[in-house]
Amino acid sequence: MPFEWFVALRYLRDGKGQTALILAAVSVGVSVIVFLSALINGLQTSLVDKTLGSQPHVTLRMPRQAPRPLVEPTASVAIARRIQESSQRLQSIDQWPEVVSTVERVPGVIAVSPSITGAGFAVRSDAKSAVVIRGVEQERFLAIIDVRKKLVGGRFELGGGDVAIGSTLAKDLGVGVGDKIRLASSEGVDDVVTVVGIFSLGNEGVDKTWVITSLRHAQALYALPGGVTTIELKVADVFEAEHVAVDVRGRTGLQSDSWMKINADLLAGLSAQSSSKNMIQFFVALAVALGIASVLIVSVVQKSREIGILRAVGTPARRVLMVFLIQGGVLGVLGSITGSALGALLAKGFESLVRDANGAPKFPVQLDASLFAFAAALATGVGLLAAVIPARNASRLDPATAIRNG
Amino acid sequence: MDDAVLRVEDVVKEYGKGVKTRALDHVTLAVGAGEITALVGPSGSGKSTLLNIIGLLDRPTSGRVVLGGVDTSTLDERGLTALRGRRLGFVFQFHHLLPAFTAVENVMLPAWGDGGVPSADMRAGAEAMLREVGLGDRMSYRATDLSGGQQQRVAIARALARRPPLVLADEPTGNLDTVSSAEVFALMRRLNRELRTTFIVVTHDPRIAAQCDRIVELVDGRVHGDRLTTAEERAPP
Repeated sequence: MPFEWFVALRYLRDGKGQTALILAAVSVGVSVIVFLSALINGLQTSLVDKTLGSQPHVTLRMPRQAPRPLVEPTASVAIARRIQESSQRLQSIDQWPEVVSTVERVPGVIAVSPSITGAGFAVRSDAKSAVVIRGVEQERFLAIIDVRKKLVGGRFELGGGDVAIGSTLAKDLGVGVGDKIRLASSEGVDDVVTVVGIFSLGNEGVDKTWVITSLRHAQALYALPGGVTTIELKVADVFEAEHVAVDVRGRTGLQSDSWMKINADLLAGLSAQSSSKNMIQFFVALAVALGIASVLIVSVVQKSREIGILRAVGTPARRVLMVFLIQGGVLGVLGSITGSALGALLAKGFESLVRDANGAPKFPVQLDASLFAFAAALATGVGLLAAVIPARNASRLDPATAIRNG
Repeated sequence: MDDAVLRVEDVVKEYGKGVKTRALDHVTLAVGAGEITALVGPSGSGKSTLLNIIGLLDRPTSGRVVLGGVDTSTLDERGLTALRGRRLGFVFQFHHLLPAFTAVENVMLPAWGDGGVPSADMRAGAEAMLREVGLGDRMSYRATDLSGGQQQRVAIARALARRPPLVLADEPTGNLDTVSSAEVFALMRRLNRELRTTFIVVTHDPRIAAQCDRIVELVDGRVHGDRLTTAEERAPP
C-alpha cells in the first residue's frame, strides 16, 4: 500500500473514537441531505406528475384573433385609440394533418394528439353541468394522458355516441356506466350519448368538467367537419417543454403553450422549494466541512511531533500533505456511504409511516442513483476541501520545532 | 580530513530579530568515517542547534555544512529532505517512534516515506535490522508495547535501516536506566564496528562520552575542547 494511504488509514484506525465521532457527524449530515433531497424531489415529481396527469406538455392552437381596423390610418385620417378585443370563436387549425406530421419530427416530441376542445353542457333529468367536451383520437390521446389507468368504472372505448366522463361530474349528474346523458355544445348542437367510462385523473377541475368523446363525434358537435382545435404534445423531458414549445411555434406559426407557462405559479413554488433545499444542503455541507476540518486540525496538532519525525527521516512534505488529504477524503467517502444508507432508510421509513386515507404515501420519496452519487461526490469533495488547511499546516511544519515542541 | 563524512565550516547561527542571540559562533568541525563523536557541553551551549544544522533540520546563518561531499547550502528544501533521508539517521532521546505503528513498520518508515511504495526488500531489510538490534521476536509489537530500552533499540534500527553513513543521536540514553543505557551504547558501538557507521552523540552522561572515540565540547556556541579518548577510557565499565 502506498505510504500516504497506509499512514492515513492507520491514523484513522488508531484514533478510533475521534474517527467514529466525525464519521457519525458526516453520516448525519449526508443522511439529512439524502433524506431532504429524496423528500423534496419526491414531492416535486409527485406534484409535476399530478399536474401533467391531466394535461399535455405542449398545446398548439390557432393564434388569438386580433381586431383588424376597417380603415388604415393615414396622414389625414386618425384612428380612435380604443380598440375592442375580438371575440374568440372556436376555429380549426389549418392543414392540421400536415402540422401533426411536422411536430412529430421535432426533437424531443414523443407523442402527438389532435383534438377538439370546446365548452358545453351535460344534462340528465334536472341536473345540468357546464362541461369541457374533448374530442380525441383514442390511441393518440392515450399516449398523451393515460386515461385507461385512471378509470374508476367502465372502459375507455369511444364509439360513435360513447363518452367517458370525470368521476365528480358522474356524481353531480348521478350517472353510472351505461347511463345516457344529453350533451350540448356551445355551437348549439346536442346529442344523447352513453357513458362507457368514468375516470378520476386526480384533478378536481378535470374530474368535474371533462367529457371525452371521439374526434369525429366532437367535430359534429362543434360543426367542424374534419377539423381540430388543438394539437397536444408529449415530450421526453417535461422540463424541456418550454424549449420544445418555442421550437414548434417557430416551425408552425401556431400559438404554442407549454405546461410550464400555463403552470408558472407551480414552477415558481418548485423553484423556491429547490432553493430552500440547496440552502439546507449548503449549510449541512458547511457543518460537515467544519467538523472534518476541526478534527483534522486537532489531529495535526496532536501528531505534530510524529509529523516532525516523518519529515526528519526523509518523508517529503507532499506525502505528509497527502496523508491528511486522504484522511479527509476517506472520512467523506465513508460518511457518504453510511449517511446515504441512513438517509435512504429514514426516507423510506417516513414514506411508509405517513400515508393518506387511501393508504398511498402522503410524502412519496424519490431515491435514485444520481442522488447517492451527488451525496458521495459532495461529501468526498467537502472532506477533501476541509482537509486542505490542516494538510497544508502539517506539510509546512518545521521538523526541528515539531520534534522539540510537539 | 580527507575521508570526512561531515565537515562543518565556520558555522554561525543566530536567532531573533533586532537583538540577536548567537547560538553557534564560528564552529568548524570535521568528522571522519567510522568515528563515534560525543558532543558535550552545558545546557544552552549549542549542542542541539549544531545537531539540527548537521541534521539539515535547520540552516546556519552563515558558514556551511558539507555532508558526504555535498555542499548542503546549495540545496533547496526538497533537496535537503532527500539528502536527509538517504545519508542521515536520527536517534532521539525520547525515541520518537510512531505509536500507531509496529516495530517493523517504524523501521521501514524512512525508506517507505521516501520511496512511497513498500517493497519486499524494504521489509526484509527492516526485519534484518530489528534482528540485528536483538528484537527479532518483537517485530509486530506496537511501539507502545515495548520497554524504554527496546523502543530505543527500535529507534536505532530505524536510524540505520537505510545504512546511512552518519547517524545523529540526541541524548539516546538520556531517558534510560544505567543498564539500558549501557546496552544501547554497546549496540551503537557494535553497529559502528560492523557497518562502519559514523555516530555523533549528544550526551550529558560522562560515562557515555568517555566510551566514544572523540569528545567535542561546546561552550557558549564555540568549540571549547576537541580530543580523542584513550583506550582505557573507552573500555566498558
